[in-house]
Order: sequence, then C-alpha cells, then structure tokens
Amino acid sequence: MEVLFDIPILGFVLQFIAYLIEAVTTTNLAPQTLQLATPIALGALCGIMNERSGIVNIGIEGMMLTAAFVGFMVAMLVHEAMPQSEPTAIFGFTPALVIGILAAIGAGMLVSALHAWLCVTVRADQIISGTVINIIALGLTGYLNRLIQPTGSAGTLDPFRPPEFLVDLPVVGWIFRMFLAVGPITMSVIVFVIILQILLFRSRWGLRTRAVGEHPRAADTVGIDVLKLRYRNVILGGIFAGLAGAWLTLEFNQSFQNGMTANRGFIALAAVIFGRWTPIGAFGGALLFMFSEALGIAIRSNPPEGDLGVFLSGIQAAYPSLYNNAFGAMPYLLTLIVLAGVVGRSVAPAAVGRPYVKEGAS
Amino acid sequence: MTALRRLWALAVIPIISIVLALLLGSLLIIASSLAIGESLNLLLPLIAYESLLEGATGLSLLDVNAAGVPSLAFSIDPDRAARALTSTVAAAAPLVLTGLAVGVGFKAGLFNIGGTGQVLVGAFVAAIVGAAVADQPVPIAVTVALAAGALGGAFYGFIPGALKAFTGAHEVVSTIMLNSLAFFIIVGLVNDIFKIVGPSFARTADVGNAALPVLFGRNGTVGVLIALAAVPITWFLIYRTTLGFEIRTVGANPSAARYAGMSPRRLIILTMSLCGLFAGLAGSIEILTLGYYPAVFGTGIGFAGITVALLGRAHPVGILLAALLLGGMRAGAPSMQITANIPIEIIDVIQGLILLFLAAEVVIRRTFRIRAERVTPGELGTVAKTYGEGTV
Amino acid sequence: MTQTVSAPALEMRGITKRYPGVVANDGIDLEIRPGEIHALLGENGAGKSTLMNILYGLATPDAGEILLDDTAVTIAGPADAIARGISMVHQHFMLVPVLSVADNILLGEETMANPIFLDRREAHRRIVDLGKRFGFDIDPEMKVESLSVGWQQRVEILKALYRDARILVLDEPTAVLTPQETKDIFLVLQRLADEGHSIIFISHKLFEVLEIADRITVIRRGQVVGTRIPSETNEDDLAELMVGRNVQLVVDRGESHPAEPALTVNDLRVTDDRGQESVKGVSFEVRAGEIFGIAGVAGNGQEELVEALTGLRSPTAGQVSVAGKDVTRHGPRALQQAGMSFVPGDRHRFGLVLSFPLEDNLILTQYDEAPYSRGMVRNDAAIRAWAKQAIAEYDIRTPSATVTAGTLSGGNQQKAVVAREFSRKLTTLILDQPTRGLDVGSIEFIHRQVVAKRDAGAAILLVSAELDEVLELSDRVAVMYRGEIVAVVDGPTAEREDIGLLMATGRRGAAAEAALVAATHVTGPGVEA
Repeated sequence: MEVLFDIPILGFVLQFIAYLIEAVTTTNLAPQTLQLATPIALGALCGIMNERSGIVNIGIEGMMLTAAFVGFMVAMLVHEAMPQSEPTAIFGFTPALVIGILAAIGAGMLVSALHAWLCVTVRADQIISGTVINIIALGLTGYLNRLIQPTGSAGTLDPFRPPEFLVDLPVVGWIFRMFLAVGPITMSVIVFVIILQILLFRSRWGLRTRAVGEHPRAADTVGIDVLKLRYRNVILGGIFAGLAGAWLTLEFNQSFQNGMTANRGFIALAAVIFGRWTPIGAFGGALLFMFSEALGIAIRSNPPEGDLGVFLSGIQAAYPSLYNNAFGAMPYLLTLIVLAGVVGRSVAPAAVGRPYVKEGAS
Repeated sequence: MTALRRLWALAVIPIISIVLALLLGSLLIIASSLAIGESLNLLLPLIAYESLLEGATGLSLLDVNAAGVPSLAFSIDPDRAARALTSTVAAAAPLVLTGLAVGVGFKAGLFNIGGTGQVLVGAFVAAIVGAAVADQPVPIAVTVALAAGALGGAFYGFIPGALKAFTGAHEVVSTIMLNSLAFFIIVGLVNDIFKIVGPSFARTADVGNAALPVLFGRNGTVGVLIALAAVPITWFLIYRTTLGFEIRTVGANPSAARYAGMSPRRLIILTMSLCGLFAGLAGSIEILTLGYYPAVFGTGIGFAGITVALLGRAHPVGILLAALLLGGMRAGAPSMQITANIPIEIIDVIQGLILLFLAAEVVIRRTFRIRAERVTPGELGTVAKTYGEGTV
Repeated sequence: MTQTVSAPALEMRGITKRYPGVVANDGIDLEIRPGEIHALLGENGAGKSTLMNILYGLATPDAGEILLDDTAVTIAGPADAIARGISMVHQHFMLVPVLSVADNILLGEETMANPIFLDRREAHRRIVDLGKRFGFDIDPEMKVESLSVGWQQRVEILKALYRDARILVLDEPTAVLTPQETKDIFLVLQRLADEGHSIIFISHKLFEVLEIADRITVIRRGQVVGTRIPSETNEDDLAELMVGRNVQLVVDRGESHPAEPALTVNDLRVTDDRGQESVKGVSFEVRAGEIFGIAGVAGNGQEELVEALTGLRSPTAGQVSVAGKDVTRHGPRALQQAGMSFVPGDRHRFGLVLSFPLEDNLILTQYDEAPYSRGMVRNDAAIRAWAKQAIAEYDIRTPSATVTAGTLSGGNQQKAVVAREFSRKLTTLILDQPTRGLDVGSIEFIHRQVVAKRDAGAAILLVSAELDEVLELSDRVAVMYRGEIVAVVDGPTAEREDIGLLMATGRRGAAAEAALVAATHVTGPGVEA
C-alpha cells in the first residue's frame, strides 16, 4: 500500500482517496456534509415546488434571508420574554426556538405569496420578481438589523445524540452518524425529500402540478385551476425556504449577519437543475456541492498525513489566505463546473417562466 | 408636443414607482422608529428625505428647531450645493457603467447578475496594473490601468457568456457563482501575494500616477466623463449599428436570429464580455479613485446596476437618469443618517420598493388609469425562457 | 335515457360575443341532436372557435343562451362543461407530451386509490377497456410524445370518453392527418354517434364535411349563413356559402418550364434533437423554374430536412448544392449569399421578431447588406423606403411601417415574410408551410406570388402538411415517409388517394392497403399483451 503512495501524481490521488475513506468513516465529514447541504436542499425543494408548477424562482435567496432574520428576531424576543424555559432533552427545543422556526416559516410563505402574486396575478416577469425579492430582502433585513442592533440570541437547536453502538458499528456506523447525529431541521430534510418525491410522482397533486408546469392550457381545459394551483404551490414552497432560513440562524448559527445566505439560494437553483427537477436528485446535488466545503473543514481540522499532507501544509504555509479562501470558494466552483457539465442535458418543465393567461381573458 | 408626450409615457410609471416607494419607505421609517422605542414622529420621514435631498443637492427645504419640529425654510448654499452635486455625480458615474453592464445584457436577453464579480475583477486588475505603471506619465498610467481593468471585467463576463453559449449553463446561476469565486480568490491573492508592508490592513500598493485626475470639486474625476461618454456610445451601438440590431434580435427572438444568419453563440459571448467590460470599467474607476485595492473591497455598485438598469428601462438615457437618482441617494444617505438617525440601508429598501412597483406595473396602471408603454424590457422574457432550456 | 329522438341534446340560441373591434359571434343559433354528427363549417376567423369556447365555458357570451336537454344552463368553465358531458378535442392537442397516455387521460378526472394517491392500475384497466370498445388497442404506459399524431388524437378522444362525454367537439380534427388516418378517425366517430354521442365536427375542408356529417352548419363572419344536409348540397354550394363569393378553388398555375437543376440534394442524412436519424439518405433535385413539392405526414423528417437545407441544422452526411456550388453545412448566412431564400414554417419562432417594428422585420435577413447598412451603421432612410414599397407591393395591411409585427394579423405577418424573402436576389426558394393558418384571401395571394416566382425562373421547394396545397402548386411531388423519399410523381397528374396511401404507408396500391391494415391493428403503439 505504502509503495503505491510513492508513485507520482497517482500516489497523490490514492492518498487522497484513502484520506477520504478515513475522513468519512471516522470524522464528522458525513454529518457535516448533510448539515451544510440542508439549506441548499431545502432551497431546492422550494425551487422544485415553484418550477414544477411553471414558476421560475430566483428569489429563494431573499426568501431564506428574510426567514433567517424574522426567525432569529422572533426567537430572540420570545427568549427575552421567557428566558427561564428549559430546553427539551432531545434537540434542545425551547418555546423561543419553536416560535422562531414557525415565524421563519411564516416569513418564507409570506415572501413566497408576494412572488406568487407578482408571477401569477400581476404576470410580472418572473426573473424580475425574484430579483426584486432578493433586493428587498437584502435591504430590509440589513436596515432592520442595523436599526435594532440585536445583542441577544435564543441559542441554537442541538444535534441528536444517537446511541453509541449505532455510530460505532464498523463500515456502516458513519451512515447512522450522518443521518442521526444532526439537528432537527437537518433531519427533517430527508423526510421532506422522500415525501415530496413520492407525492410528486404518485399523487393527484403531483400529477396536476407536473401537468401545469408542462402544459398549463391542457390542464386548464380539463378543469384544473392553473392559477390557484400555482399560488398554492409557490406559497407552500415558501415553507422550505423558511426552514432553510431557520436553519441559518436557529440551528447552525445563533446570530444574524447581513447577507448571511451567501448565495446559497442560487446554489439551490443549481441543485434543482442538477437533479432534473426531482427532490431526490436535487438532494444529491446539494450533498455533492456542499461535500467540498465539509471536506475543506475536515482537511483543515485534521490534515491528511504523508506526502499529500506535506504538500497541503506547504501550500498553507506559503499562501495561508489563498489556502483558506480556496476551500471557501470550493462549493461555488463545484456548482459552476457541474452546472456547465450537466445542464445541457437537463430540460426544465416546459412552461417554466411563462405567465399563464386563460383563454378568452384579456 | 408629441415628443413630450412620448417621454411622459415612458417616464410616468417609473416616476409613480419612485413616489410610491418613498411613501412606503416613510411608513417603514415611522414604524421602525416606534419599534426601537422612539416616540411617534410623523414628520420623521419628511426630515429624513429632506436631509437626503440636501445631502445630494445642497438644497435645503426645512429648518429643524431644537425640539425637532421642522418648518419650511428654503435655502441654498452654493459651496455646499457644488460639493453635494459633485458627490452625487461621482457616485452616479460607476452606477451608469454597472447599469449598462446589466442593461446591455437585457438587450440580448441575458441577465447579467455578475456585475459584482466583474467589478471586483476589474478593480483588482486595475489596482495591480495601476501600481505597476504608477511611475509612468499620468495620461499613460491612467489609460493603461483603466484599459486593464476594463479587460479584466470583460474576461470575467466572457466566462459566463462562453459557458452559456457552449454548455447552456444559465447566466443567472453561473454569474452568481462567479461573484462568490471572485470574492474569495481576490481576498486570498491580496493577502498572500499583493499585500504591501506598512498599512494596518491588507491592501495593494498605491496606484500613483494611475489615480484618476480630479477635474472638478473634491471627487469629480475623469471617471465621470467616461461614464457620460459611455451613454451615447452605447445608444449608438445598440440602436444604430448592425451589431446592435443583432444583439437586440437575439434578445427578442434567438431562433429568428439564427434564421437571419446571426450567430447567437457569438452574440451571447460578445454581449456578456461587453457587459463585463462596463462593470470592469466601473470597478476600475472606483479603485483608481481610492488609490489602492483593500483586501475586502465591499462595493454595492455591481448589485445596484440591476436596479439602475431596470429603473432605466434598459435604455442608455434611462440608465443615466436612474444612476443619477441612485447616486444622489448614495451621496445624501450619510447626511440623512446623521440628521434623522436613520440607517443608510434605508436607501437599499427604497430601491427595492421602486423595483417592486415597477414589477407590478400592471397594477399601477390600473390604479392610476394610465395608458403607457410597458416598463419591463421585453427581452427579459427571453431570460426566463432560456432558463433551464439548455443550449441555445 | 328516455329522451325522444327529435329533442335536441344541445341548443345554442342567439349567441353573441363581441371583442374589441370585432363581433366574433352575432346571434348564432345551433341545434345538435343526440347521435348526430354535426359539422360546423367556416373560414379561419369566421367565429367557429369562439362559439365552441363559449360552449366549453372558456368564454362568456354577451348575449344568448345554451340549453342542454331543453334546460337553460350557464357553463362556468371547462370543469363545468365536462361535468355536463361536454368534451372538446382541440386542434392543437391538449396533451402533456412528457406524461403517459394514462396520466393524460386521468388528469383532472383522477381515479383515486385513496384521497391522496392515484389508482393507476384501475385507471389502466378502464382505459384499455374503453379503447377496445371503440376499436383500438392502446398501451396506457406509453409517453404521449412518442405517439404519432393519429394516436394522439385517439388519446384525446379517450380523454373525452373517460369523462362520459355525451357531446364531443372536435376542432379541425383532420388538419394533421393523412387521408387514411382521417378514414380511421371517421370510423371511430361513426361508432361514437351510433352509441348516441353527439359530435360537433369543426372543419373548413368541404369534401370531408360532406363525407362524415349528418348536417352542416355554415358560419361566416360570426353569423350562421345556412344549414345543409350533405345529400342536398355540393362543394361549390358550400364554398360559396362559406366565403360569400365565388371562389377559385385552384390557382391557375399554367405550364412550367424547368431548366437546369438549381438545388441538388444527395444522400442527405440528418438527426433530430433526440439523436434519432430522421432524414435517412434523401436525394432529389429541384430545377430552375419548377415547384417541387414534398408531401408527408408531419413528423416524417420534413422539419429536419428543411432545417438541414437552410443551415439551421447540420446534416450528418450527404451533400447539398445550390446553383452548382457545394453548400453542405453552410450556415444560413452563407446560404443566403449563395442565392437561397427561405420562408420558415413557424413565422412566430423563426420568420419574425414580433416585438420589432414591421420595417425591421422586412430587413431581418438583409440587415447588414447594402443599402440597408453602410459599414456597421444602419441606413434608416433605405429601410423605410423599402418598407413603403413592400407594404404596397405585397398588400400588407398595416397602419404604418413602425407598428410591431406582433400587432398584425397572421396573413399580413406572412405577407411580410414573403415580401422579404421573395424580394431578394435568389435562385432557390424554400417554402415551409407557407400558408398555415391563413385566411383564404392571403392563401390565394401567396400562391399567386409563388407561381410568379417560379415563372421568373426560381427553383422552388415546397414542404407542406396540407396535401391539397402540395397538389395544387407542385410540378413534381415527392412523398416523404419515415425519413425517406418513397416516391416522386408528376404534380398535375398525381392522384390524391395514391399520394395519401404513400404518405400513410410508404407504399402504393394493394401493398399499401395491406400495410395499412397491419399498421392499424398490429404495429400500433404498444398493443397490450
């Protein structure tokens, strides 16, 4: 084995693979990936709800940001009102956090309702609608954050602690760690992905949604209310954007910073395209994109050994800032590369981006 | 008469949108002042907007007494007005360019939200090249640094253009990814490679003679002239040349463009590069005014370009007017923050609200019974249409 | 069902519908009996579609009433219409291509296993049973996009039957079918009528209406101008009723004087968007001064052939030459310079930029040539002068040259495309569906221009899904079937039936009849095992 590692280039690759296997099975790389993928996956579910019914949503970013802010502020205020409440044993729920999450979901739905109104009723350009939402969200949360200058916080949700024997199982232990040693919002993603996948392809709602996204007039002629369905799906999609926001300020961080979504909403869009508008595919895309960031964290906290380690620490010593920033840039670069490689073969629902006008209506 | 009426038809909806946004903004100002525990002051928005106006133009309309009660008092201090107007124009200049960086893209059915990244790359390249030619004579140094920055931006626009043309990756996502990439990489480069010893924060070397010469006031630089020149040049390019016709055709109907013997791929790449060039130029102007590149260079001009282009209806003249409005808001915001204690970010909110009302133009039209031309550039439909559709 | 035979299943009385500037329906009375096939005949724009949209709840009449089984009803929308037993098969099928046959039929009238999930198994059973009852086997799992047009139409009809439709409206059902497919559909319709369904059959094809209908109502300019029984009328009578004047049904095209070949195509192979070879080694030549027509059912490779010839799609093999010069794989620009002009089939997609002024559209393919440009700069004076000339010469009805093309009627839009493409210096002219969806007046005008262009020495390739148009204009007719040219016949002497069989089966005579039977009953889409 060691002999192989000495081969130039190939040796590096082998060392890297060995490191990956070790990191996945022994460190927190797997659960970390799932955690980081959570807002992307939730944003993607929001995108799927929109685009499957024929609405482009590039405002996911703004929806998340608004929800993150509202969730944080509400949770903080409730926490100040009742600081003594005990967190639950599992996940560490407090009334403040629960109300905060609900508020974030509400905010996500509210902003989505604005998007639905602009796209469906006003028939505004859907790209502009999303852009407006992003701009207003950034401005409004920035303004209010500066004005209020919050100093407190409501704390965060805790990851679940799965039984030791499960995570210590050889070979498969890391899978349990990945899906169980995480917070409640992260855990809910898996449930939502599966439910949405099944509903989309097996239920009446799913059939109608897909028909409306592909050929709204055909749906209209068999008596389906296209506009109502679009409204409903876009607003329900806001739940996911809201949860993604809640994850940002109530599960992953415990503070709000201006623009903290950091373009996650757009990575989510790429995940939707990557996953060909299926929840499971988009979830896979989210994991893929964010794996690089989790890996960066793993490498920096637990650098590989051998030649690869020497090589990396050499770069780190010479270019510390570039080294760190390269890891930060990785998800965006990966998204870009995957998008360029995949999108040509990925076809969106046919009616995406086109406002629907009923026949005979002016 | 008809020319005036045509102009009015074009401008009426943007104007109503601005007024409505200011009204809604004042509600927000009142509500948020209550939320942080101040007493109810219905005149607060008035004071805020007046100080915004004064900061932007030097024109004072109100006199506020010690108790915070304003009274109407018109006054203008020529020196102050000159300073304020210079600031407004200086703030507007890069916005004109980033507005064009988005607006020209609209014409080709492209939504360039990559202005931020293109500004960063352009600024960074201008700073590095500017420092390298810092000792050359001013005309040479300035020209070289500006050209380098513009080309840097153009290159950074070329990438998403080529990606769209050859792989179908939609620019809405790819340009955003490139924004983040540019940010991370440039911070790393400045910290590790181009940092100079001395200053308390990481920054590049001084651009010396490449700094933009000041023509008037404190900060009325050559950049203002460049921005002013860009408007008619762009107008001529878009509406009077065959290339402009090609760009507009591919924006309005890519299939028809192909049928007419144009090459949508070439045009997409070319237009995105042109957009990048404008944004890169804007970044260069910013950085060559500042004199160096700080590791974390936060500038909202790339993002604000979207607002400028939409408000200006993607028309060069409209973009100029919209940039002046936004430039004025940027120039006046600090004095508003001091006088009325309202965070500068309120202008971002107001800009967003303006766009919201523009987007809801149908509703405005119905409410105010207006028969006017559509505000939204028609080519935007192509942006939505190409979304996820794959290769052109 | 205890209704008397004479009581109408549906009555529409005094239906009036106004749109800004037009009265689409002006007091129309219509009466449909149970078990009747009732044809609604009229030109494009006569008001047939409006009337049917009113019946289907897509539009609200300004005046008049609708009676179902002698009871006045208000039809609120498609869902309401369906609930009352009215179903519509639209001219442009209302099917979702990426969904299966079953999903398309289920949509809106889902068979549920429980309140959330579909019961696809039960649905499949019902669909297969229904199909059998009306004489066709269909696989409910097939994706609609993989079905031929004729089968898609059957899916549309099944969709109606699945909803227990008593009154079935078919809007131009034969527009895209071969004569043989039309016959098949007529059999199905007859069977439906025999079972007591009422059928409203919208068409502007006179001979079809005479063949299938029990009664014919003719509409012109929003008014009923007469109701006839097929045995008491003929094509000329109906045509005069429909158009309001004596129409010359066939353009007098005179003799052709073909010269040397101008467009030569040799063993051309082209693949479609999905990577399937859809043009499989096509060879032909078009001589200067002749019209070479290509007939065929839509989707047999004509679209890809035209795209390959006009530079919009790159062929995988073979040669194309124009006036002796090899132009294989040349782009549209190079082909135009080589003397080729092209009237595209989809004028909204290719031929025009609807948001541009008419004058810009009139130079869309010449914008960078003198005199319309000087170097890189547009020459507005020349553009305007040409627009003025074109509007006069080609009878384009428009308020001015600066209105956007999208505001013009379909006929005037097409005249603008024709003006642009016919006016340039050309040796070869490619016409793809040049009169699709136009009114009779515009069709006549364009047909006369085409013949004039031929007589001026142009080599003209005419591709059309309207067999009648091909037969009317072509000096020679080629039939395209599954990506190949299966026959080339002399135009003036071509037999309609013969060409129809070739279109449907790629074969002639008895062999074709046999193949047809086999195609319908054995190799139809996915017969249930």
